[in-house]
Amino acid sequence: MAKRQRKNSLFQGDLVSEALKYSFVKLNPRLLIRNPVMFTVEIGTIVMAAVCWAIIFKHDTSQGSLAYNLAVTLILFATVLFANFAEALAEARGKAQANSLRKTREETPAKKIVPVGEMYVDEVQIVNSSELKKGDVFLCEAGDTIPMDGEIIEGLATIDESAITGESAPVIRESGGDKSSVTGGTKVLSDKIKVKITAEPGESFLDKMIALVEGASRQKTPNEIALTILLAGFTLVFIIVCVTLKPFGDYSLTPITIAAFVSLFVCLIPTTIGGLLSAIGIAGMDRALRANVITKSGKAVETAGDIDVLLLDKTGTITIGNRKATNFYPTKGVDDFIFIQNCLVSSLADETPEGKSIIELAREKGAAPPDNFDLHKATLIKFTAETRSSGVNLPGGKQIRKGAFDAIKKIAMEAGNSFPSDTEEKVKQISSNGGTPLVVAEDKKILGVIELQDIIKPGIHERFERLRKMGVKTVMVTGDNPLTAKFIAEKAGVDDFIAEAKPEDKMNYIKKEQAEGKLVAMMGDGTNDAPALAQADVGVAMNSGTQAAKEAGNMVDLDNDPTKLIEIVEIGKQLLMTRGTLTTFSIANDVAKYFAIVPALFILTIPSLSVLNIMHLKSGESAILSAVIFNAIIIPLLIPLALKGVKYRPIGASALLRRNLLVYGLGGIIIPFIGIKLIDMLLALFMK
Amino acid sequence: MNTEYIGIIVTYGLTILLAIPLGKYIAKVFSGEKTWTDFLNPFERLIFKLSGINATKEMNWKEQLKAMLTINSLWLLYAFFALIFQDKLPLNPDHNPGQTPDLAFNTAISFLVNCNVQDYSGEAGVTYFTQLFVLMFLHFMSAATGIAAMMIIYKGLKQRSVTTLGNFWNFFVKSITRFLLPGAILVAIILAFNGTPTSFAGKDTVITMQRDTAQISRGPVAAMVAIKHLGTNGGGWFGTNSANPLECPNYLTYMVEMIAQLVIPIALIFSLGFYLKKMRFAYIIIGVMTIGMLMLLIPTIQAETHGNTAIAAMGINSANTAMEGKEVRFGIPATAYWSTQTTVTSTGSACGAHDSYMPMTTGMELMAMMVNCFYGGCGVGFMNYYIFIIIAVFISGLMVGRTPEFMGHKVEAREMKIASIAALLHPFLILSFTALSCFVLVNFPDIKWVFQPKNWLGNPGYHGFSEMLYQYTSCAANNGSAMGGLTANNIFWNVTQGIVLLFSRFIPIIGPVAIAGIMAQKKFIPESPGTLRTDTGTFGVMTLAVIIIIAALAFFPALAMGPFAEYFSMK
Repeated sequence: MAKRQRKNSLFQGDLVSEALKYSFVKLNPRLLIRNPVMFTVEIGTIVMAAVCWAIIFKHDTSQGSLAYNLAVTLILFATVLFANFAEALAEARGKAQANSLRKTREETPAKKIVPVGEMYVDEVQIVNSSELKKGDVFLCEAGDTIPMDGEIIEGLATIDESAITGESAPVIRESGGDKSSVTGGTKVLSDKIKVKITAEPGESFLDKMIALVEGASRQKTPNEIALTILLAGFTLVFIIVCVTLKPFGDYSLTPITIAAFVSLFVCLIPTTIGGLLSAIGIAGMDRALRANVITKSGKAVETAGDIDVLLLDKTGTITIGNRKATNFYPTKGVDDFIFIQNCLVSSLADETPEGKSIIELAREKGAAPPDNFDLHKATLIKFTAETRSSGVNLPGGKQIRKGAFDAIKKIAMEAGNSFPSDTEEKVKQISSNGGTPLVVAEDKKILGVIELQDIIKPGIHERFERLRKMGVKTVMVTGDNPLTAKFIAEKAGVDDFIAEAKPEDKMNYIKKEQAEGKLVAMMGDGTNDAPALAQADVGVAMNSGTQAAKEAGNMVDLDNDPTKLIEIVEIGKQLLMTRGTLTTFSIANDVAKYFAIVPALFILTIPSLSVLNIMHLKSGESAILSAVIFNAIIIPLLIPLALKGVKYRPIGASALLRRNLLVYGLGGIIIPFIGIKLIDMLLALFMK
Repeated sequence: MNTEYIGIIVTYGLTILLAIPLGKYIAKVFSGEKTWTDFLNPFERLIFKLSGINATKEMNWKEQLKAMLTINSLWLLYAFFALIFQDKLPLNPDHNPGQTPDLAFNTAISFLVNCNVQDYSGEAGVTYFTQLFVLMFLHFMSAATGIAAMMIIYKGLKQRSVTTLGNFWNFFVKSITRFLLPGAILVAIILAFNGTPTSFAGKDTVITMQRDTAQISRGPVAAMVAIKHLGTNGGGWFGTNSANPLECPNYLTYMVEMIAQLVIPIALIFSLGFYLKKMRFAYIIIGVMTIGMLMLLIPTIQAETHGNTAIAAMGINSANTAMEGKEVRFGIPATAYWSTQTTVTSTGSACGAHDSYMPMTTGMELMAMMVNCFYGGCGVGFMNYYIFIIIAVFISGLMVGRTPEFMGHKVEAREMKIASIAALLHPFLILSFTALSCFVLVNFPDIKWVFQPKNWLGNPGYHGFSEMLYQYTSCAANNGSAMGGLTANNIFWNVTQGIVLLFSRFIPIIGPVAIAGIMAQKKFIPESPGTLRTDTGTFGVMTLAVIIIIAALAFFPALAMGPFAEYFSMK
């Protein structure tokens, strides 16, 4: 598989320089107010700048040296810039990813069909793709690049979609069916199609996604809003703590400088998570995009993390393609070789995947058609729903038939032949093993039975196990009979199945689960999937699917890969986890900062409190500087974690909480003690 | 191990042993199951009939809160005017005067909100009538208000998707008739038979061994002391509270009073387990609360049993004991145990002089009230804990990659807003009003008030700061204990405390009830393997961490400047 190159480096030169530029643009208070935590830091910076100004021009000496105040001002300014940089970098990465998709739809000439009167006649006008509007119809022939997204209304074509999916093998798209969608930027390799445009320019899914990543129309998700409220709550607590410290200080005759107040405040408010919050959200959507999934909203990605039930189609997701022949079982008394040869001959004209797999297996076993056999002289009997069998009539009058057990049995019984008991036994055995028995008869006499089996994808069992540990129930949807479905379900390790499924069965199953309060995700492509896709909490439509399906779902998978849902669930979980762990880390950091700053504030007036200076920081000023420097540099240090996300481990909710609490909670308490001490030691070299 | 320690261990053990069956019984009462007290049904029906209440009508959370606030405002007016005009009312054998409006404002609010800060002295500031029919009456009412509000939340936790959460009046009346009143009668009888006065006669005159004439105040004390503990109220009959030997005559009454003030808060958590049929959940909460309580009790005992360096510095060999302000009859551990339990619950009664305790003890008492949910007051203790659960659920839900949910309901922006406000309010009230008092003291020490700010504090320095911080912390926690040393019966303190009391009582009730009401209306989400379980040790640790971190972060500087500065300077 030649996947489109996924950029792995987090800090690419061009992206970084763009992000740097935007870090300054984002200093605009009107933009920054969306982030209350960083907004207060900006106000703190302005206050400190005013203090510096007072020292320079008014020779105010009560606030300490200019160098110290200037240092605090610059560090605070850097804190805001770092936070802006994190957000800008996440945006730049998302934009770059989206642009690589957008490039595929640059200006291309389009063969627009101009309607004349009431009829569409083939009057073709060459126009620019940008001039096309919703409802227009255009023509594409071999070699043309498809100018815009649309739905085939006439014809069939092979299309190279590698520009979008990275998959080099061409695919077939045709009108009417479930594979009628074409994407702008892909290339027609053969034949001719008429395509109707389904979306206004600028309103396609990709355009929506790009807008989401760019932040212009990025709506905060419910979880993000709730977290922002909690962080604003913490910020308020620390405003109270810092404001009340002034009269407390007056009572104990302790003068506290403005720099100390502002530093204490900025250190205490959750700047780490506040600075990284929007970057985390954007990075989540960016990760989805990297997985070649286009989401219509950030909320959909988060909802994916909460999914309880996953509806998966059997074919293509759980099993590889179609059934395959796996064994030949001749009836007692029939020669092995003769039987396999007959099976081969009966299938030579069979175009179905099952037929082809029989030939393949027979050739593997060394069988070949008899020497005098000439396919052109044989009469082919096609499979019909009434006979439920197929086969050939050979020139010598020999008739070979293969088909369902009861159909062939009927043929044999009508001819007065009995059905051998050992073969009947075998048929039952195959059925109960989840296979499909195909009985073969020569001149209405039973020769034996072919076993067809579904091939379960390697590794799928482990993936379902992983999902189960995440708390996601998997449901297999199949047209098979309940017995076969049950067998495959057990073998693949899914939790439940819907056998002999009709489109409305999916819908009913989703509604039933939702009535119990569960969140359901499903993947689909057909128009008849559309209602279920709309009903599901997370509906992923395949890009090859119909327009209706794509409209109904809230995500589109460009790769048309049915196992993609599993990846989407993990992306959603990662998104929430990154937010939670960084919040914990950010708040846990405050403990060490208190131990640095509080003794520093009272170093002269309450000397007994120097016991609290457990880090043995050099002086009051170096303690405060170390704390604000640590507070600032932790933001860029955590950018990689924020963008890549915290790794999700399916080890159960309690174990995961224990782990993250240990790493980010306890770690969040310990790391700043070490960090602040190190910075203080470094500062001691410069401050004499 | 000496008998002093055995005494408090036995007392605590008995509390737990009593709390389990009591919790089971309370759960039965509120879930409407058969209990042996069902003979009271006709009595309750009579109460409802007389008050014109339909106690079977299901109410939504807004109607519940309306009922709660309405009846509380009526009592506030009644108490305020009764205290002002108490000198004109009967049952005043000692001819005590009416209260000043600012004192009456403070006292009425203080007893209404289950705090019972007393800026007056019981012997001279109130009459038998107001003691019994205002203060003791409010002891019952405030405890029942807390329990009824808590029951609304329990109901919300139990239901899947509902808009109504039972009937406030039903919860309220039943908490009085089914356990507060019977329990109080039982405790009062034990106290009365052990020597606590139970009489309507006025002061008695005795000749002391020094041949001085002394006036001894009396009254129907036993009844009030019983409910003051059982309802975690703490407002005593006498000015010195249970440190007065007439309120607590011997070790048996010590044990009874200790058990009484702790048993209902603990039993209510057990009743949550029985009521929801989720015992594990209740055990985890009890576990967290107990660990929190021990984290406060152990340093307290440690600090009090290792002498006082300030006394040793004066050349007095104190033999590693600091007996100043202790309940000398029962010993240091018993006094320390009382001081911890009375501050972890919202009782606030005292058997010693808080102003004389070691600074570490003051720090622990302050922290107990700043956290205010290690057991906590009747009903409200759980409600404070509930807010911390919501915050813990939210953060840990995110940490495991799932939209946070608690008891099958999603925790979203609206709940977080209310929880943040509720959690924020406590530090806001404590810190801003302490700051205000510091501001007035520093900038206007000689302002022309009847009682000048410069005369407020009995002690200068860190200790004086602790006294002011303690006063507002005690009010905000609706605890009611006072360090002493601070002269609080003046217009500034009476009024500011009254404001703190009102806000810190009703917002922490409205908030959790609103959250429970909103969450109960949401779609119910069944538990799945991906759901974060809230009945595990891990989640217990998480909740404890949230409680400690929030309290520590908000109060660290204030604690450092008060008790801890004093503690380190005594080293």
